[in-house]
Amino acid sequence: MLLDFFYELRRRKVPVSTHEWMALMRALELGLHESSLDGFYDLARALVVKELAHFDAFDAAFLAVFQGVTVEALSITDDIEAWLKEAMKRELSPEELALARALSPDELRALFEKRLREQRERHDGGNRWVGTGGTSPFGRAGAHPTGIVIGEGGGRSAMQRAGERAYRAYRTDAVLDVRKIDVALRLLRDLGRDGADEELDLDETVERTAKNAGDLDLVFHPPRRNRVKVVLLMDVGGSMDPHAELVNRLFTAASRSGRFAKFRSFYFHNCVYRAVYQDANLRSPTPVADLLGSSDRSEKLVVVGDAAMHPAELLLPGGSYWSDLATKTSGLEWMQRLGDHYRKSAWLNPEPESWWNQTTVQRLRAVFPMFPLTLDGLERAVHHLVRGAS
Amino acid sequence: MNEGFDRFSGTSDYVASDSLKHAVNVALALERPLLVRGEPGTGKTLLAESIAKALSLPIIRWHVKSTTKAQDGLYVHDTVQRLHDSRFGDGDVRDVKRYIKLGPLGRALSSDERVVLLIDEIDKADVEFPNDLLLELDAMRFHVQETGEEIVALLRPMVLITSNNEKELPDAFLRRCVFHYIEFPSRELMRQIVRVHHPDLEERVLDQCLEVFYGLRETPRLRKKPSTSELIDWIAALRRSGVDLKRVGGGIPFLGTLLKTEQDQALFVQ
Repeated sequence: MLLDFFYELRRRKVPVSTHEWMALMRALELGLHESSLDGFYDLARALVVKELAHFDAFDAAFLAVFQGVTVEALSITDDIEAWLKEAMKRELSPEELALARALSPDELRALFEKRLREQRERHDGGNRWVGTGGTSPFGRAGAHPTGIVIGEGGGRSAMQRAGERAYRAYRTDAVLDVRKIDVALRLLRDLGRDGADEELDLDETVERTAKNAGDLDLVFHPPRRNRVKVVLLMDVGGSMDPHAELVNRLFTAASRSGRFAKFRSFYFHNCVYRAVYQDANLRSPTPVADLLGSSDRSEKLVVVGDAAMHPAELLLPGGSYWSDLATKTSGLEWMQRLGDHYRKSAWLNPEPESWWNQTTVQRLRAVFPMFPLTLDGLERAVHHLVRGAS
Repeated sequence: MNEGFDRFSGTSDYVASDSLKHAVNVALALERPLLVRGEPGTGKTLLAESIAKALSLPIIRWHVKSTTKAQDGLYVHDTVQRLHDSRFGDGDVRDVKRYIKLGPLGRALSSDERVVLLIDEIDKADVEFPNDLLLELDAMRFHVQETGEEIVALLRPMVLITSNNEKELPDAFLRRCVFHYIEFPSRELMRQIVRVHHPDLEERVLDQCLEVFYGLRETPRLRKKPSTSELIDWIAALRRSGVDLKRVGGGIPFLGTLLKTEQDQALFVQ
């Protein structure tokens, strides 16, 4: 059963290794779980889960395995039975037992096992499932006079805590704040020594001093700096409005001074045609040709946008009916030029991946490697950008 | 209950939740580092002091900065001093040992007694920093190159590592730790915590303070929610100045102790 839990965790992408599992086994041997499910929940979580982002998956796996909603429901009934008997002993007074005419304990248990097998989720309220605060015969804090009370009184039981799924908000696919983006962007680097001699090179100093017959000869070298240069293109307006705050955070983190050797950002609407803009109001254009001319091919191009537009806006020459910059080149071609110029580029899309089957998204994906604008997607994008960095 | 287990149960001046105590004890029993995360101001650093006090062990603190290198924690060979001495003939330059300065981790490992080692804010250092510590934290031993000495910990120190950040520490490092996330205290726990710092506070006043505090935390779109330490400071400020909370209509006195950015203050005033 514990092994089931192990594989359930792995199936839910909690990266638990055998190393950690052996530690858990040792902890169980030492009795650190205090022979209770609650203790086991705390213990297993402390040893197995190392990131807040995985707490939710852990809770879900814990529920799945220990509530017996997976296929092998009966294999856990030994535990539940023992638990059940104990609960009945403790929670029901003789008066309450006398009230229990409607169902005999055996009938009740049989029904309980049946319900348990059918039940898929935690349940609060209601009159059928095992849960809390309802009138079903099973669960806690309910109103059924002959019901089975599950778990111990006082404090929250492990099942309840797992059932609350209180850490859902911390999943990695959830909100990105500036700091998280910061962390992800820290990996976007290529360290090298450039600039003025500011740092004391100790080894070299010792070496030279020794050669100099003990007369101090100080040697300095330039400090290590990030050599990555970044061009950030941001789609603004229209369908991007709901994502403005998120893009703003990305911009805040990326533009932090000293992060990159060179950082430039431009705006566009829907798709790039002929020019990108230095301001979000699209008033001061920089022609694409100038942008390409002023950037080294080793600079990293990051485009942020939902790539959602009318196919004509992307594919037809002069498709940009919203502006006066209609040209004979289609938006896709402009995008292609950008994609061809930079050796490494990435497109960050704030829309969920399940929406990426639209024509325009598909076409642009063929030009730029596309990643979702989530913590996970951002990390993958950064990884892609620095891999094989030159 | 197992012998030698459940040794930590909080101290008179530090209130810990049950699952935190449990995590500390698991780390103690398994002799693994305990990694603690949580919102700023939830008492991550104070936990180390509390453990040291509860177990009556000395504490060694290592406050990590952005420039900290793993090697600094073990030892530094003070070459500049040695060069200086060699030139001006102060002291015996041939004795390398004199110029090996042990860092916090080095001192913890070479200590004759068991110690609590606090590695504070490990996420501040370079991303590779935790990886560089893997071997030393695992084997609890290190090698001093200059003298050829091998320092092995006689008693594995209780290592407590704090981090403010999400998703940053390398997997190999995480695998070796016991992890605990300090949740923001519930109202009940918070009541106990405030009691520890302000034992003579009236129940009625405490109720009002908590009411205002939790109300403030629920204000949407706050950049930085006020934390436990800020609540305690705020109550201290209120008491020091003798302001009666229930007589203050409208605004919150000393808002600056709770909300630390102009945007948040502006948001609240709205």
